Amino acid sequence: MSLEYYLVLSALLFTTGVIGVLIRRNAIIIFMCIELMLNAANLAFVAISRSLGEATGQVFVFFVMTVAAAEVAIGLAIIVSVFKHRQTINVDEVNSLKG
Amino acid sequence: MEFTLKTFIFYGFALMTVASALIVVTVRNIVHAAFSLMVTLFGVAGLYVFLQADFLAATQVIVYVGGILVLILFGVMMTSERFDMPIQVKGHIERGQLFLGGVIALALLMLLLTVIANTPAWKNLTDDGTELPPTTARIGELILNGQFLLPFEVVSVLLLVALIGAALISRKEVRD
Repeated sequence: MSLEYYLVLSALLFTTGVIGVLIRRNAIIIFMCIELMLNAANLAFVAISRSLGEATGQVFVFFVMTVAAAEVAIGLAIIVSVFKHRQTINVDEVNSLKG
Repeated sequence: MEFTLKTFIFYGFALMTVASALIVVTVRNIVHAAFSLMVTLFGVAGLYVFLQADFLAATQVIVYVGGILVLILFGVMMTSERFDMPIQVKGHIERGQLFLGGVIALALLMLLLTVIANTPAWKNLTDDGTELPPTTARIGELILNGQFLLPFEVVSVLLLVALIGAALISRKEVRD
């Protein structure tokens, strides 16, 4: 299985995440799509790391996972907080900064 | 390309990952999307095993499936208006938004595929099927003994800050 297959798969996964962020309006679904994009990038990292025969790329994936965990903790706290104040997590209805 | 067991497993995992990712994007029920995301994450973990990244495959299952996904499900639970009602995504997707989003995503996909196809440095990096030694010890060496010690410490501080911040944001409001 050559590297290109993994990279194409990663590109497909990333694009799927982008589509989700662009067309969905539910904040939690947007969150899941961000996780999809992070996973796609991780997959590319691991694939390239494998074909180079080095573990440095995997260390990067480790860091990405850590930051993703932090991001989810903070992001969900914000979403729950927004829901408490606005009774909605539709990102189109949370528009106080629109002016 | 001969159709061996290896390619069969790869395509199986690839199909599982992309199909469930598409379900995450398209399905209307958030809980279904979350469980579909679980399938995607397991698929990526399987691909890590396939790429002989044993440590990351285990971490993927523990951190993503065991941690992040459970957190997302808690988020779904706490943001549904009534617990006994099916959680549906309110509001329809506007046609213009759908069109524009699709065009942008398609352009991005084309860009990525062009880059993948035209980068000459990747051509000689094809995986020759040799077995690598387990990566766990190597990653530990790189992090604790090598060039990634400082980032490791910074990330641990970041996690601590995120923990405190999440607790602070989501606690009950105290009127003083």
